[in-house]
Amino acid sequence: MSYIKPSFRHPELPVNTLGYKRKDYEGSLSTLCAGCGHDSISGALIQACFELNIEPHRLAKLSGIGCSSKTPTYFLGNSHGFNSVHGRMPSVATGANLANRDLIYLGVSGDGDTASIGMGQFVHLIRRNLNITYIVMNNGCYGLTKGQDSATADKGSKSKAGSTNLFQNIDLPGLAMELGAGFVARSFSGDKVQLIPLIKAALAHPGFALIDVISPCVTFNNNVGSTKSYDYVRQHVDATATVDFVPHAAEIKTTYEAGSNKLVSMHDGSLIKLNKLQADWDPTNRDSAVHALHEANSKGEILTGLIYINEESQDLHQLLNTSKKPLNTLSEKQLCPGPEALMDINQGLR
Amino acid sequence: MQAHSVINDFVIRFANVNGTGSASANNMFAKAIFRMGIPVSPKNIFPSNIQGLPTWYEVRVNEQFYLGRRDGIDLMICVNPQSMLQDVASVKSGGYFIYDNTKPLHKEYIREDLNYIGIPLTEITIQEYTDPRQRMLFKNIIYVGALAALIDIEMDVLQQLVNEQFKGKEKLIQPNHHALDLGYQYIQKNFSHPLPYRLQRRDLIKDKILFEGNAATALGAIYGGATVAAWYPITPSTSVVDAFADYAAEYRVDPETNENNYAIVQAEDELSAMGMVIGAMWNGARAFTATSGPGVSLMQEFLGLAYFAEIPAVLVDVQRTGPSTGMPTRTQQSDILIAAHASHGDTKQVLLIPNSPKECFDFAAMSFDLAEQLQTPVIILSDLDLGMNDHVSDALEWKSTTQYRRGKVLSADQLDQIGRFGRYLDTDGDGIPYRTIPGTHPTKGSFFTRGSSRDEYAIYTEDGNAYKRNMDRLLKKWETIKSYVPKPELLQSEANANMGMLFFGTSHFSSVEARDILAKEGIELDAIRLRSFPFSQEVSDFIEDHELIFVIEQNRDAQMRTLLINELEVNPEKLVRVLNYDGMPITAAHISKEISNYIHKTNKKSKDFSLEMNAS
Repeated sequence: MSYIKPSFRHPELPVNTLGYKRKDYEGSLSTLCAGCGHDSISGALIQACFELNIEPHRLAKLSGIGCSSKTPTYFLGNSHGFNSVHGRMPSVATGANLANRDLIYLGVSGDGDTASIGMGQFVHLIRRNLNITYIVMNNGCYGLTKGQDSATADKGSKSKAGSTNLFQNIDLPGLAMELGAGFVARSFSGDKVQLIPLIKAALAHPGFALIDVISPCVTFNNNVGSTKSYDYVRQHVDATATVDFVPHAAEIKTTYEAGSNKLVSMHDGSLIKLNKLQADWDPTNRDSAVHALHEANSKGEILTGLIYINEESQDLHQLLNTSKKPLNTLSEKQLCPGPEALMDINQGLR
Repeated sequence: MQAHSVINDFVIRFANVNGTGSASANNMFAKAIFRMGIPVSPKNIFPSNIQGLPTWYEVRVNEQFYLGRRDGIDLMICVNPQSMLQDVASVKSGGYFIYDNTKPLHKEYIREDLNYIGIPLTEITIQEYTDPRQRMLFKNIIYVGALAALIDIEMDVLQQLVNEQFKGKEKLIQPNHHALDLGYQYIQKNFSHPLPYRLQRRDLIKDKILFEGNAATALGAIYGGATVAAWYPITPSTSVVDAFADYAAEYRVDPETNENNYAIVQAEDELSAMGMVIGAMWNGARAFTATSGPGVSLMQEFLGLAYFAEIPAVLVDVQRTGPSTGMPTRTQQSDILIAAHASHGDTKQVLLIPNSPKECFDFAAMSFDLAEQLQTPVIILSDLDLGMNDHVSDALEWKSTTQYRRGKVLSADQLDQIGRFGRYLDTDGDGIPYRTIPGTHPTKGSFFTRGSSRDEYAIYTEDGNAYKRNMDRLLKKWETIKSYVPKPELLQSEANANMGMLFFGTSHFSSVEARDILAKEGIELDAIRLRSFPFSQEVSDFIEDHELIFVIEQNRDAQMRTLLINELEVNPEKLVRVLNYDGMPITAAHISKEISNYIHKTNKKSKDFSLEMNAS
């Protein structure tokens, strides 16, 4: 168990513009191992939603099965949650989103849940460009079944028991790029400064948004030789840029140094401010994003930050031309053609 | 040649090549008979193939409304040399073999006991048309025209059907009329007609309709308020979603905004299709998927989740021949057990079993009410025979006062009025708890849906008592469900019969016919047609009230019998299997023979059968 959460909060803690405190975005006590990277990601999600002034009940959180998929219990306690079946969260989220396009959808998955059993659904979720923020809590191993290698474990990475992974890893941001995802990012559970604005930007993105978060498993995959340990990740991390998210209608106060900065405008009027660290990388250019990923890979570095964003993203509802009014609010009058139409249909069958 | 004529009672089969446009001509043939007020039952017998292999269209005409399949072909229209040997063999002695005699018929096709009518179809089309495609298509219309003369189809009915079919493409009307006439004239000049097998106008159809089960199911989903359809293509269910798409395009596009009040997603597989349905219904929309046996296998995990987490879902299973790929274009009722107990663990699923397009429509519309009221998956068990063939059916009905029954869904106001919300709390004592739709209330009513154990307040727990309480409540709900699902249809004989027959779905037509055949032999049977699972009290009573029951079903393992034995704890000896599983729809002759044989065989062994049963 990570920590005992005090029920007492200082009465003068800040509230957001909705009047909610950070506490209103918390969930129940985590039952993950102390020091688990996933708990840090939960914390970042809480902070991002608090700062974005999201009404908790207007967000639905969905997950599959595994340690990562347990986390939605530990944040946003006033949101509906759905812990579905292993690897199948994308389809449940698709149905949910089709039913009500007005909610914000947050999908939480792990490397086993996404890159193995759920690979088919993950791939097709990207293809359909469902409006969802999809967070992979990626620790390279199966925690709940005691540490087997997952499909994102790097070739040559050593397990706690000393065995070496023989197989090529599946790089989720690279795959998402190939599949045409409109928002691709990677982060590290130990870097909230980077992760929180990325979550905000992903939530604001009108389409599929992947954040692959390297999240070390303290119990089974934090040993020397593992490429998903805290130490290894800290030593090999290389960010595309520092990220700042400026929500819609907020005043931009900072001035930018010419050349090193880039502003990306979001569909809802928000801005992503990037202080570029990679010289020839442009987050709105697919080719340069793919190149940056490959280059980091060949240098043995873990590229984090925003990797790619498509400012012209069209989500599934736009592609299907579904009603702006959520389908789950339509009444009999709008849905049922009624007895007279049926009489005509009968007549056509005689 | 047969001496006396047989009016409105025969089977005619068309042997065609798949993909040559024969379907629309054959449909026109059946529809013309229907329009003449005569009951008709067409069946497609088609290969798992798009073009080139033999395909048949078999039409039974019967003015007593015996519309199940009947063995034995009275008239064969053979336009496929590939299957000719088989086709010649399938005609009843004294029947007619109508064929293309452009080339002379080889000796091996000649049977002395058949009547041969040769029409030079190919030759006529070569004379009349230059375009090879026209030659292929009009050949079909020409044989329909020939049949008009041979069996007395009213020509103006056929012409009217052509006019309707090509409304908006008027140029095609005259050539089709001409093709009909070519066939008609050829018979008139060369053969004495009509044949002894012939039609005579009746007024038996009244306001009935001729409709496919799958289209009726789709229309039911439209009327029932389905807004999300997620599916993966599989024969024989594909036409459910195809028809849903057509009806939705017509009835569900907002006239002002031009936006769709529906969403159809072709999923990557059946697992995903079921997941989408569950996600949509969890979030308050009405959703369904349609599949067949292999898809039901893939949906097992999700069906267990929906059962245990109590999420409404609607699944249409248009059954085909299994196991595995089986015979994908042949019919069967063999998903009973996998559907009734879909998923691992202790699961019981609600089944609705329609027997006609009218019931496909009614049950599809009703399934959304049931799924939401009962908060559980509802599986409609149709089959290929019902789904993909036209059936004479009662007209569809819809009351203007109909309102969707959304079940126990709490609004924001209701959440404000109640104390602590317990998602799995049995407040009303019927085993059905209250649910909330995401986004309803800022601080109340949210809960975590999961397939793992939890307490009444949806809080995760591994406390065995809480788990057991929940499983027991689900059983209580199962009892409640019995009063919600459609009741069986009962057919009582006049004599107080001590034996009964039990059937369901498309076995209905042949079973009813078999019952009449048996009555003529002096074997009186009461009958019951199951329409749903769980079994209601009427089913138990029927079994209780009869000494012996013939359970008629279209699968090898007598799956419904197993379900009855398990659920109602019936003595297995009381339920006698009557089975058909060759992929063709069951026939009355088969049923009546099996029952008659069983009774005679048993009587031989024991003189007083009913006494023996009473003693046991």
